[in-house]
Amino acid sequence: MALSISTRQLDGVTILDLSGRITLGEGSVQLRDAIRDLIGKGVKSILLSLGDVNYIDSSGLGELVSAFTTAKNQNADVKLLNLTKKVKDVLQVTKLYTVFDIYDDEASAIASFK
Amino acid sequence: MTGPQTGRLSFKLASTMDSVAEIEAAAEKLAQDAGLDEDEGFRVAMAVREAAVNAVLHGNGYDPNKQVSVSFENTGAALVITIADQGEGLDPETLPDPLAPENLLRGTGRGIFLIRSFLDEVHFRQLHPGTELTLIKHLSPAVTQDKPQDLDTK
Repeated sequence: MALSISTRQLDGVTILDLSGRITLGEGSVQLRDAIRDLIGKGVKSILLSLGDVNYIDSSGLGELVSAFTTAKNQNADVKLLNLTKKVKDVLQVTKLYTVFDIYDDEASAIASFK
Repeated sequence: MTGPQTGRLSFKLASTMDSVAEIEAAAEKLAQDAGLDEDEGFRVAMAVREAAVNAVLHGNGYDPNKQVSVSFENTGAALVITIADQGEGLDPETLPDPLAPENLLRGTGRGIFLIRSFLDEVHFRQLHPGTELTLIKHLSPAVTQDKPQDLDTK
């Protein structure tokens, strides 16, 4: 299943609800374009909701890292919400779990941007 | 894809992302048929997918004149998967450590690391031209002592 992305706003935070796979040729480019679009518009608070992302590969990991560093360079923040077990597993193995701010509930994630 | 449902299944595919999907699906079936649980099956399939991406993208560079050769085997003691490309070759010793602090925020370089993390053995063999990866997932602790003897490990 390819990646689908829907966008919503809550308390000044732009939430991207992602569903599907973030992999080479399926979701990586979509995620990259979405992040670049938001950063280009000056958005500073971005929350990636990954509760329906059941698969991420090394290319997808690279896009998450690129989103993180691109945002930091623009004084913006990209944080992660609701990791599935498989995505969490991959982030832990690659030590990226220590890089991102990761939340299990949306309210806490939203509050962290303030 | 052709071949029996048991024993060793071998086939060649074009250097496309469709081939990657086909190889990943075959790995999922191999793991499922071997009775691996969902988490272990995911790890095997993901490692195989990463190897297939390496072969198609980095090895063969999507070249329509180059193929990816794959084989899947359940020996009873282990799942053995080989994936070979026809590229210029890969020296795994030259790959940077993606866990090193200076590499942690790099956008690339995690594929081989994930393969090694998710499987019990990974062997590289130079084919001149090309690289063959042999990926092994042990099926029980009792077989961890019995490493294949015919693999050229670098």
